[in-house]
Amino acid sequence: MNNNQTTRPPQSSRDEQEIAGFASHAGSWWDPVGPFAPLHQLNPARIRIMSDILARHYERSLADHHPFQGLALADVGCGGGLVTEPFARLGFSVSGLDASQESINIARNHATEAGLTINYQVGAPEETLLDLATNDVVLALEVIEHVADMEVFIAGLAQRLSPGGLLIMSTINRTLKSLVFAKGAAEYVLRWVPPGTHHWKKFVRPSELSEMLRSAGLRVVDIQGMTYDMATGGWNVSSDVSVNYVLSATPA
Amino acid sequence: MNKTDITCDVVIVGGGLIGTTLACGLAAYGVDVAVVDRITPENIISPDFDGRASAIAHTSKVALEGIGLWPIIAGETQPIDEIRVSDRPSLMFLHYDHADLGDNPLGHMAENRLLRTGLVTLMHQTQGLTVLAPAEITEVARTEGRAAVALDDGRTINCQLVAACDGRASATRTQAGIGVTGWTYKQQAIVTTIDHERSHDGIAHERFLSSGPFAILPLKGGHRSSLVWTEKSALVGSFMALDDGAFLDEVAERVGGFLGDVSLVGPRFCHPLGLQVAERYMDTRLVLVGDAAHSIHPIAGQGLNLGLRDVAALMDILVDAKRYGLDLAHSAGLERYQRWRRADNLLMAGMTDMINRLFSNDIAPVRMARDLGLAAVNSMPPLKRTFMRHAMGQVGDLPKLMRGEALG
Repeated sequence: MNNNQTTRPPQSSRDEQEIAGFASHAGSWWDPVGPFAPLHQLNPARIRIMSDILARHYERSLADHHPFQGLALADVGCGGGLVTEPFARLGFSVSGLDASQESINIARNHATEAGLTINYQVGAPEETLLDLATNDVVLALEVIEHVADMEVFIAGLAQRLSPGGLLIMSTINRTLKSLVFAKGAAEYVLRWVPPGTHHWKKFVRPSELSEMLRSAGLRVVDIQGMTYDMATGGWNVSSDVSVNYVLSATPA
Repeated sequence: MNKTDITCDVVIVGGGLIGTTLACGLAAYGVDVAVVDRITPENIISPDFDGRASAIAHTSKVALEGIGLWPIIAGETQPIDEIRVSDRPSLMFLHYDHADLGDNPLGHMAENRLLRTGLVTLMHQTQGLTVLAPAEITEVARTEGRAAVALDDGRTINCQLVAACDGRASATRTQAGIGVTGWTYKQQAIVTTIDHERSHDGIAHERFLSSGPFAILPLKGGHRSSLVWTEKSALVGSFMALDDGAFLDEVAERVGGFLGDVSLVGPRFCHPLGLQVAERYMDTRLVLVGDAAHSIHPIAGQGLNLGLRDVAALMDILVDAKRYGLDLAHSAGLERYQRWRRADNLLMAGMTDMINRLFSNDIAPVRMARDLGLAAVNSMPPLKRTFMRHAMGQVGDLPKLMRGEALG
C-alpha cells in the first residue's frame, strides 16, 4: 500500500485514519451480528432500490436470469463486497475498489468461496494506475462521508463513468434528525456501529452533493430516502431523505 | 472440485411432501434446487408407504394452485362442506358449515399418496430441479461464504442455502446443534381407510372418545373415508395385531352406524404423537421447514398446512432475494422467516395441545365443561367464525403465494 502513496496525486480522497479504522474491523465485514450488522440490515433495501433504478435506466427485467448481462459496474468503497456480490449475481461484470487492503483481502476470499468472479482492486477512484476501465454503472455507497476530499473523490467517480452511464451514491444527510439517529442512536444507544464511525460534520446534504456532482459534469436524475422501521427491523424506501438517501446521476 | 459435483442455489434435504413442494415452488421462480432423499420418489408413492390423508385448508389450496400442483390433483380431492364435532355420548355438538363463511368449502381432503404422486409428476415437468435419490448425506458443511452437502456416492452439492425438510427426527437439525422442546402424548394415531355404504355428504366428523379424538374424513367419491383413530399408546399394539375381521369390528363400533356397512381398504398404519418445536428455525446457511421445525397433534388437521405456510413464507423471501441478486441465506431474510413462522406455528401448537388435553379425558366434570364449551362456541357466531378461519388458514400475515399473488 505504501508504494501507492508515492504515485498518488497531490490531492487525494484517502483519509488514512478512516482507512485504518475500517481495516481494523475488516475481518467482520460478513458477520451479520458483528460491527457491520446495520449494513447487513440495510443491504437488502438498498440493493432493491438500486436494482429497480438500474432496471428502469437500462430497460431490463429483473425477472430475467442475469438481467444486467453485458454491462460493467464498479463499486467504489466496496469494503468486504456486501453490495458488489449481489450485482455480480445479477449479471454485471463487476469491479470492486477500496482504499483498505485488508477489506479487499476479505472481499476476494469471500467472492471465491461464493463462486463469483469479481475484479477487486486496492485504491481510490482518482488514482490513475488502477485496472479499472470506464463503467456503465459506478456505485459509491456510504463512502463519501469517510473520504478526505469530496471534490477529488467525485471527480474520480465521474472519470470512471462511461457516457450514458449511471452513478449511484448513498450517504447520510446532515440534519438534526441524522445527528440524533445515525450518529447518536446508531453509535451510542443501539451500539449498531462502533462509536466514532461517523463524523456528523462530514455528513453531506443532498443539495451540497448535487452541487459537487454538477461541478464534476454530472446531472442528478433521482433521489430517494430510506427509513428504518423500528417495528420490523427493516428498511423501507421513502420520500423522506432526512437521514439516509440514495441519489443517482448521469454525465450531463 | 470433483467434475461430477453439482452447484445449485438451494439444497433441500428430504423429498417428502414439504420438501418436494418447496422444490417445485422455488424452481418455478428460477431458483435452482436439488432435492436429496434416501428413498426414491417411486418408493415414496407406493401404497404401503403412507396411508394418511391430509386436510388442505383453503389458503393451502391457493398456494398449491400457485405452484401448479392443484390442477394435477384437483379431480381426486374431496371438498369438506361441514365439520361436525361431537362428544359422545353427549348430544351436544359443534357444527361448522362453510355457508357461514361464504362460498369456499372449509377445505379439501387429499390422500397423501395423491399429493406425493402429483408432486412427482410436477417435479418431472419442472426445469431447474434435480432429484438426488436414493442418496445418503455424509456431511453438511456450512460456512459464512457457502454451504456444501456431501453424498455417499462421492459427489458434493455446492449451494447458498440448505433447507432441512427431513421431518420430525431431522438429522440436519440435530447435526446443526439446534435443540427441540416438546413432549409425547402417550397416544398414537391409528390410520386406515374405509369404504362405506352411505355417502359421507362431504361432512368431516370429529368424535371425542375417552381414548382421544376419532376423526372420519371424507374422501373422493362419497363412499370412502380416512380414519384417524387416536388411541392410548399402551393399547395400540393390540389393535394393530388384530386380524382384519376383528379390527373392522373395532373400527365399525367407533364409526357408529350412520355410514351403513363399512369395509377396510388398504393397510393400517400407526404414528406416535407428540408436540415438538425447534428452538430456532435458522443457523448459518440453514433453515428448518415443516416438521423439522415443528410437529403437532393431528387433532385439528393442521400439520401439513403449517408446513405449507412455511414453504410459502420461505418462497416469498427466497424468490425476492434471487430477483435482487442477494445471497439466498442473507441474515435479514432468514431472520424474517423465523420471526414470521415461529409465532404462527407456536400458536397452533398451543391450540392443538390444549384441545387434545381437554378432550382426551373422561373425567365427568371435565366432560361436562367441554360439552358446555362446545355448545357455547356453537351459539356464539363470532367465536365460531374465528375457529373456522383458523381451520381454513385465513388467520395471520399470509405469504403472497397463499393470497394467490405472483411472486417476484
